[in-house]
Amino acid sequence: MKILSTVLRQVLLIALVAISLYPMWFMISTALKTPSAYTLDPVGPPSHPTLSNIGAVFSQWPFLTWTRNSIIATVTSVCVATFISILASYAIVFGKTRGRETFLRTNIAMMAIPPVALLTPMYALMVQLHLINKLPAVIIFYCGLLVPFSVFFFVNFFREIPHELVEAAYIDGARPSRVLLRVVIPLSGAVTFTLVIVNAIFVWNELLIALVFLQSNGSRTLMAGVALYQGRYITNEPLIMAAAFLSLLPLAVLYIFGQRFFVRGMTAGMGR
Amino acid sequence: MTVAPAQDRSAAGRAQPRTRHVPWRRREFWPIAYALPAIAAVALVFLYSFVEVVRYSLYSGSIGTLSYVGFANYGALFQDPVFTTSLFNNLKLLSIVPIVTVLGLAVALVINTGVRGWRLYRIFIFFPYVLPATAMGLAFSFILQDSGTLNTLLQDAHLSFLAHDWLGSPKWVIFSISGVIIWQQLGFGVVIFSAALLAVPAELIQAAQIDGASWWVIQRRIMIPQIRRIIQFFMIIMAITALSSVFTYVYVLTGGGPAYSSSVMEFYIYQDGFENGAIGIASAAAVVLLGIASILIVLYLWVRTRTMRESHQ
Repeated sequence: MKILSTVLRQVLLIALVAISLYPMWFMISTALKTPSAYTLDPVGPPSHPTLSNIGAVFSQWPFLTWTRNSIIATVTSVCVATFISILASYAIVFGKTRGRETFLRTNIAMMAIPPVALLTPMYALMVQLHLINKLPAVIIFYCGLLVPFSVFFFVNFFREIPHELVEAAYIDGARPSRVLLRVVIPLSGAVTFTLVIVNAIFVWNELLIALVFLQSNGSRTLMAGVALYQGRYITNEPLIMAAAFLSLLPLAVLYIFGQRFFVRGMTAGMGR
Repeated sequence: MTVAPAQDRSAAGRAQPRTRHVPWRRREFWPIAYALPAIAAVALVFLYSFVEVVRYSLYSGSIGTLSYVGFANYGALFQDPVFTTSLFNNLKLLSIVPIVTVLGLAVALVINTGVRGWRLYRIFIFFPYVLPATAMGLAFSFILQDSGTLNTLLQDAHLSFLAHDWLGSPKWVIFSISGVIIWQQLGFGVVIFSAALLAVPAELIQAAQIDGASWWVIQRRIMIPQIRRIIQFFMIIMAITALSSVFTYVYVLTGGGPAYSSSVMEFYIYQDGFENGAIGIASAAAVVLLGIASILIVLYLWVRTRTMRESHQ
């Protein structure tokens, strides 16, 4: 009886893992087929694997431009958002100001607000600022969207830092900026890395804002470009799967090496 | 999951000496200066947009040539069958909330039995949650095609009566989209619940075991009640997701079709505001969405404060 249920549990979990990974397998095996091979047999593994689709993504699509745009948008918005959130969280936890509880409560509410509700005003603003089809438009928007969760995340962590450490530095006459740089930031390496990963995933994967704000081919991010070209190349499944696979490759590689940071960061919003 | 209860410790835990050297003369000012960039970013993206989205919802025309129309946009909205379809589709998508919760909890309970290799299983099950919905949606759009992999497999297994035009028939399309969303969100639930279950005090479980309680009774009477706050919180987050973060799936899987039968509110806002240029209608739809979401946001804040209070006792 015990053995049976052990086997049953293993079978159940293996089946679930298979379902979780199947679309990834489908994507890779399709990307390695020629279009005619895919039409003949969409299900099986590629009989004569080919890299021609991967090559075609780079030669026929502005894939490198999109990749560059995605990298710029991700790095800039994540760096700026993380930096200003560290400053704000440090002030909230270690400074003495009124209104910080109100700020924190508003902050938590903002984490749950749907970005689509903010889309029309931001779009109108970017039109007035002549930033449509320019990366700063999405970078500004992403930055604002990332701040609430980042502040929440850092505030929770900074509250775990023993206050004696910080107070000792103050008593020695250190200024707030020095305490932040010498005491708080050196303790925050792993936490900051975790947050950077979560934020980077959000920006890298984001589609709606990128579609609306970046309408010219040269300004698109990877997700917006791939999603749009799907319509144009609808009959060439292997080419689209090759592009989709390349677009998620950086995340998949990061996940393999740092999955515990992903898990910790992406579930932190549920923290008590 | 090791975050501290976000409760104010300033009063009791942190009595700071009052006499200070020079730096402390700045103490009233520096926190504000440090918080200012973040406040500015949030004020622009959230506060400014809030005010403006309500204002735009009262205007018609395109940017630059707006004219005031009062509440006419809201009237037009509810007379537009595409909007009501979109709204109902979002409500139908709410059915993923109980499904992901029950499935996630079930898998977490199995994982929590300490089955061999559970850590590895959990890593694989979480993987879909990390991946871009755009790329995975594209894969599913081919898998679920009428002549796609799923139907081919069903035919090969002599189950062709189960085969449907998953994305091409108005009857099945929301069902199929829900399936893809569940596929991607399940790992999140499993990880959240299994972490919460691991944190249940061992004494509680041991006491029940000594009393002779069976595995199932322990799960039902102790484990699940112990993590009920997390379950509630998770359900609210899923509901917010179903209501307001499903654009990518719809855009990539069906483009809202066939004939708008799979449009959702986000998609409606996108189409009206940015493909048809009706910024007033799009803003009115955004305000309606925000109104519905705010019910969930209030619930979310309420459960969050309750959780903090309980974990602080």
